[in-house]
Amino acid sequence: MTYLAKPKLHHPTLAKNKLGYIRRDYEGAVSTLCAGCGHDSISAAIVQACWELDIEPHRVAKLSGIGCSSKTPTYFLGNSHGFNSVHGRMPSVLTGANLANRDLIYLGVSGDGDSASIGLGQFAHCLRRGVNMVYIVENNGVYGLTKGQFSATADRGSKSKRGVVNTDEPVDMIGLALMLGATFVARSFSGDKSQLVPLIKAAIAHKGAAFLDVISPCVAFNNHPGSTKSYDYVREHNEAVNRLDVIEGRDQITADYAPGEVTDVTQHDGTVIRLRKLAVDYDPTDRVKAMGYLQERAAAGELVTGLLYVHPEAADLHEHLGTVETPLNQLGGRELCPGSVMLERINASLR
Amino acid sequence: MKPTDTKNPEYFHRVVDCQWACPAHTPVPEYIRLIAAGRYGDAYMVNWESNVFPGILGRTCDRPCEPACRRGRVEERNAEKPEPVAICRLKRVAADYKEDIRARLPKVPKQKNGRRVACVGAGPASLTVARDLAPLGYSVTVFDRDPRAGGMIWSQIPRFRLPLEVIDEEVGYILNLGVEFKGGVTIESMKRLLAENYDAIFVGSGAPRGRDLDIPGRQEAAANIRIGIDWLSSVSFGHTTKIGRRVIVLGGGNTAMDCCRTSRRLGGEDVKVIVRSGFEEMKASPWEKEDAMHEGIPILNYLVPKTFEHKNGKLTGMTFEKVKATYDAKGKRRLVPTGEPDQHFECDDVLIAVGQENAFPWIERDIGIEFDQGMPVVDKLTMQSTLPKVFFGGDAAFGPKNIIWAVAHGHDAAVSIDKFLNGEDVRSRPAPGVSLVSQKMGIHEWRYNNEISGDARYAVPWRDQKMTLKDIRVEVELGFDAKTALAEAQRCLNCDVQTVFTGKLCIECDACVDICPMDCITFAKNGEEAELRKRLNAPALNLTQSLYVSDALKTGRIMAKDEDVCLHCGLCAERCPTGAWDMQKFLLEMTHAGPACRTPKGKAA
Repeated sequence: MTYLAKPKLHHPTLAKNKLGYIRRDYEGAVSTLCAGCGHDSISAAIVQACWELDIEPHRVAKLSGIGCSSKTPTYFLGNSHGFNSVHGRMPSVLTGANLANRDLIYLGVSGDGDSASIGLGQFAHCLRRGVNMVYIVENNGVYGLTKGQFSATADRGSKSKRGVVNTDEPVDMIGLALMLGATFVARSFSGDKSQLVPLIKAAIAHKGAAFLDVISPCVAFNNHPGSTKSYDYVREHNEAVNRLDVIEGRDQITADYAPGEVTDVTQHDGTVIRLRKLAVDYDPTDRVKAMGYLQERAAAGELVTGLLYVHPEAADLHEHLGTVETPLNQLGGRELCPGSVMLERINASLR
Repeated sequence: MKPTDTKNPEYFHRVVDCQWACPAHTPVPEYIRLIAAGRYGDAYMVNWESNVFPGILGRTCDRPCEPACRRGRVEERNAEKPEPVAICRLKRVAADYKEDIRARLPKVPKQKNGRRVACVGAGPASLTVARDLAPLGYSVTVFDRDPRAGGMIWSQIPRFRLPLEVIDEEVGYILNLGVEFKGGVTIESMKRLLAENYDAIFVGSGAPRGRDLDIPGRQEAAANIRIGIDWLSSVSFGHTTKIGRRVIVLGGGNTAMDCCRTSRRLGGEDVKVIVRSGFEEMKASPWEKEDAMHEGIPILNYLVPKTFEHKNGKLTGMTFEKVKATYDAKGKRRLVPTGEPDQHFECDDVLIAVGQENAFPWIERDIGIEFDQGMPVVDKLTMQSTLPKVFFGGDAAFGPKNIIWAVAHGHDAAVSIDKFLNGEDVRSRPAPGVSLVSQKMGIHEWRYNNEISGDARYAVPWRDQKMTLKDIRVEVELGFDAKTALAEAQRCLNCDVQTVFTGKLCIECDACVDICPMDCITFAKNGEEAELRKRLNAPALNLTQSLYVSDALKTGRIMAKDEDVCLHCGLCAERCPTGAWDMQKFLLEMTHAGPACRTPKGKAA
């Protein structure tokens, strides 16, 4: 825990983004999480990603549930909208907010307890519906706030700090997300910002349900030998399938790569995601193969990270519902209540 | 890069920019913390040990520490006007508010050691030698041509900047250590002094000769043309109490500033400073220029003196040629006439302050003291001349510098004399005393205040000009009050509290990287320094500042910390889950003359 606020002074060379903000402008209050918590690194990655994307802070809504992870929205984007909801209920609140105002960028921040235990049902339906959002699970496999019980994502056979072996099967968040129709699925590690920041940026740019499973070691209760979510274990077993280099927007791609090294995924809106391949033959646009690959590598004891799946033609909830372009919360009385003549006409059409 | 060797005291010493820049290496943050704690006497003693004249230097020091101060750099692009901590004026606070410290001064030894040391000149260098040697039992005799001890501190610095009581107090502390002062005695022959069989002689006679300006009219108008330092000295002794209404001061150094401000107080109403160079290149400290201009003294630049105008044997004015600066390919400056018509200024008096020279007519050239172009050949490390028992220091050694350099020379010479008279090799210099102590008290409790103040530098209040311009003895600066001193002290970043990294404890969780407000810390692949500096989280562009580099960590990466703008806020250490980062106070104290500077018995080579 840190009691002191981070000094306002910053490095003299800190650059401004297109909006004239420096990275520090995207920070929040000082974290009260344990020293060394992976979650703080994820917060820093979100700060970096939003600064790099020139996002106006007031255009972001960050929503969370309950838990260590759900505290973190306080620690980044101090000038954005925030909603700290009931345990496990963040997805519903986010869905509602998104329906009411489709113009904001939605950042759902949750943990393995919030999303894989109490909120598993909410998690599932939110992804099914294709809500346009970035859903980040800060996954440490442990209930940190209640002193270190296994969470639902703890691997079978892994050991608690006190030496107890977990006998339950873990909930596979990535597997679920792929199955439930998330159109952007990635896994990363809090200790590797060079991988995490581009993934967050790509997820924000993705129009559809983007899910990010970020392994985030709990230094206080789950960073010991025998844990499968410790810094050492994750570093040892981390197998990245690709490296996300650039999101080129709609600009020309000029960098030179040897054929076969790079995959460009052009999305619906023209955004290009450029992937440097690390695993040969891994095709992040093939959902079925991806699912098979992930199961296979998991069985071999590897932790596969990177952009695992992206659907270039993703659509979101608003497209499914055919809502108007104008955010619903901006519609006035006249648009919402078109009058008795119109009602008559609609009724007539249904007779 | 190779891992940083923090065992070498020089590494952490360099991080403490102020202390590194100070010729006497005063532990600045240490005494600033004591001031913040209200322990003025303790703060004074830290200074007194190191720089001998805290009250005097707190008003007059050239403050090489302040341009070096990290605070100025961290305020870049963070504050409207980046400014260092007011280190110099905080030193004065310690002197102003201290309790009676006389009981804490060294005692006069009852038993003398039988060695006799003569010091020529009673300025800061000689007095430092006396202060260091007298408590060890040496019989020190200080000679000066003036009846008062203090040298240029007394004779050249005007009283409105440095009151008499302050000089008397601090010079008195030294003379009361059993030092014999022989005032009003001019040493006219080194040969004769040597014949008096002193065991060692220290020459701290300063740079007593002011440069003259040999241009037409100099002889004819001599009655109203004075050499700056001689004139200041004459004012200090009360021989001169008046000057004409219109005064021109020639020269751009601190002596010129003292001359013009003194003139304002002795009847000069229309006083101007005229310099050959540009305003920016003037040698005077920026704050001294500001102080002069604040008193309504204009500084005119790029004017080269051509003639003194006179009529009936009386000075009437001066003519100057207008020049501009041009730079050749090597960046060397040349002043070339602009071709504009000469400028004429009327005046009643002229003070020439265009530089000082050393003069050693009293040192015979056939007694073993070698000279090179008028200056003695002096070893920079030991201050020893080519005649082993004769040492030099202060302006007499390497030409005009300042008080704090004189003090540093004095300490060095005292160490040499002590070693020399104990039969030791003077070139083997004593290591400084160093300690490195963890400041951790609890999870986020430190033995220093690690909260960073956002305050801008506080200005020292001035006395009303109506009073200060009337009487030369009225001090202009009032000094900080205790409350402002505390606030200014809090601007100090405690750079001596070092960020110490233990690689084998690090789990590379990035917590320190994320919390560091200045982006100082990076975990990266190792590389050559020049290349590594560019790919840190924030580029390390200040090449005068070190990179702190660890051994390879578990992932094969290294930790690289740019010391340049570190706030020493300790948040890296607070955020570190394993204690790989710790905040440790580095205290370096120079070893002065005495048993500690000598080679331990049994180890002597």
